[in-house]
Amino acid sequence: MSMLQILDSSGNNHPELEPNIPERKLVKMFEYMILVRLLDEKGMRLQRQGRISFSIPSTGQEATQIGAVAALNSEDWIFPAYREPGMAFYRGFPLVDLVNHWFINEKDPQKGRRLPGLFGSKKYRYVNPSAPIGTQIIQAAGAGFAYKYLKEKIVNIVFFGDGATSSSDFHSGLNFGAVFKTPTIFFCQNNHWAISVPLSKQTGAASLADKAKGYGLPGIQIDGNDILAVYHAVFEAAKRARAGEGPTFIEAVTYRAGPHTSSDDPTRYRPKKDLEKWLKLDPIKRFEKYLISKKFLKNGQTNKIRSSFDIEINTLIAKAEEYRPPALETLFSDVYSDLPWHLKEQLDEIASLQRRSI
Amino acid sequence: MMPELTLVESVRLALEEELDRNDKLIVLGEDVGPNGGVFRATQGLLEKYGPQRVLDTPLSENGIIGFAIGMALMGLKPVAEIQFVDFIYPGFDQLISEAAKFRYRSGGMFTSPLVIRSPYGGGVRGAHYHSQSPEAYFTHTPGLKVVIPSSPYETKGLLTSAMREQDPILFLEPKRLYRAFKEEVPSGDYTIPLGKARIAREGEDVTILAYGAMLHVALEAAELASKNQKIECEVIDLRTLVPLDIIAIENSVKKTGRMISITESPKTSGFSAELSAIVAERWIEYMEGPIMRVTGYDTPFPLSLEQEYLPSAKRTLDTIEKVYNF
Ligand SMILES: Cc1ncc(C[n+]2csc(CCOP(=O)(O)OP(=O)(O)O)c2C)c(N)n1
Ligand SMILES: [Mg+2]
Repeated sequence: MSMLQILDSSGNNHPELEPNIPERKLVKMFEYMILVRLLDEKGMRLQRQGRISFSIPSTGQEATQIGAVAALNSEDWIFPAYREPGMAFYRGFPLVDLVNHWFINEKDPQKGRRLPGLFGSKKYRYVNPSAPIGTQIIQAAGAGFAYKYLKEKIVNIVFFGDGATSSSDFHSGLNFGAVFKTPTIFFCQNNHWAISVPLSKQTGAASLADKAKGYGLPGIQIDGNDILAVYHAVFEAAKRARAGEGPTFIEAVTYRAGPHTSSDDPTRYRPKKDLEKWLKLDPIKRFEKYLISKKFLKNGQTNKIRSSFDIEINTLIAKAEEYRPPALETLFSDVYSDLPWHLKEQLDEIASLQRRSI
Repeated sequence: MMPELTLVESVRLALEEELDRNDKLIVLGEDVGPNGGVFRATQGLLEKYGPQRVLDTPLSENGIIGFAIGMALMGLKPVAEIQFVDFIYPGFDQLISEAAKFRYRSGGMFTSPLVIRSPYGGGVRGAHYHSQSPEAYFTHTPGLKVVIPSSPYETKGLLTSAMREQDPILFLEPKRLYRAFKEEVPSGDYTIPLGKARIAREGEDVTILAYGAMLHVALEAAELASKNQKIECEVIDLRTLVPLDIIAIENSVKKTGRMISITESPKTSGFSAELSAIVAERWIEYMEGPIMRVTGYDTPFPLSLEQEYLPSAKRTLDTIEKVYNF
């Protein structure tokens, strides 16, 4: 299978496929790539300092998330795994909500119930992610059925890793998607690792994109560090889906340049040479070269973008640390639409214990 | 005149009427289309509502439940059939980790209020893959509501309520009762609220808690106890296990001072253990005898000896006497 690439690793452009994206939008895409990387650094540092409990970087995978969200309409739904937070930011998800979520405080929209990094937003059509791998893939197919049934011109995209292609929900997702012809884009971020397990232990297939054929779907492989290739592929898949032609499977070949999460030490399993090779293919540097060559970006502008985000985030962090934990009631709310007697009783019990000195 | 329906016909009528009322409602599952379900619970629905609302799905339980969750997230009301509850386990993860958790994990932002209906239970010579009663796996999962009807009338009222709930529901249908008897079932809109039990027989001496097919074993045993020993049992049909009607249980056990429960699942960690614990924790001072359980045994579901395995009126009577004569 040949891999779609528009910007090669030195930032050179293959103009016959270059998508028609206005300058303002290209610069916005670049800014959000910078933001994602900056938030990764901040999240990891806060975790190392013991100020937040966990962090899930997506360093090296900025082009997939931002290229994809830029190619969709704002009504289209996103079913994330957990390594594409930039899609929510790009749509306007407030950084204040992110930072309060990191600190699982009383202002956290998810009421302090999730590990930092696992957030969703109904407003920005970014579904609350799971942790069990692969579960969102079949759910996205079901959601796709809903848009079709309701005659809405909406499509959805579901993200998952190379490891997730071994899950039963990957199989069901592609299978149901194909059978019901749902307007769903199955987007695999093949970052070569599932924690410490390499791709060669996930599949005997020559490429993940090849798998699509067995389900009766078009499958394409793209350079996932090339934001223009991502944009192009997602744009075309969304067009197909919107026209009622059903789902597409996209395998984006990329690389997880950081650890799996803040709990992981990749030096235990990852050959150093491997990482060095991939760092040369960095998606941000590549896009920066392209933008500079187009004169959409000036030398030194990257640092300015970075530092203005930096100031904003630091202010939010300082505030987030001051807030209290969520109220005790939130331990019991949202289990059900109402509060059944047994949960009321358990809330009363814990509340009365709080009043007891010892 | 009200039509007399079997339990499975009552399921079908509830689905049909709600399909009529709610155009967001979608029925899906294996063989629910032209075949009308292997038990005929969806007979005629495809013809009436079309293939966009009555979906034959691929043979995949995690697929059916995960697909239904996606529909529910986007505002549809999926009512999925799992052909036998014994086959729900491939979909366990979707039900437990996804449907049951969406509301909580998203701080109330996302919900997946689907209904899973599935035949459960023994007594039909189905052996261990067509007879199980796994309700305790699900009652152990915060975020799910578990409903088990005991008659045709009850079925329609409870299923209609379930299809209007804002939370994910597991609706277990006692397949042994699917065609066991008929009962008057009104057509048109009536519901039985979830979380409200029903006194199926009044009595002063021993409370029997039961649901689904075991309600009828309880009633049979209660008749025998009355006739043979003049022991008057109060039989409570729990209807919903989560949320449980604690008031109905309280009123009854305070009156009788004795309690047994009947479930056809294995004994260890079964729902009857929960019922015993609740009564012991709260009203032990009212109790005049041991709190006892009549259950299936701690084995896989058998075949040849299934009548020995299942709680019977005889075993229940034996337990009633133990509790009463303590
Ligand atoms: C069902 C399940 N099994 C195991 C895990 C633990 N786990 C978390 S992430 C992960 C690897 C996932 O790899 P991949 O799908 O390639 O995504 P990536 O992390 O590389 O983005 C594993 C094994 C899990 N979350 N869920
Ligand atoms: Mg991976």
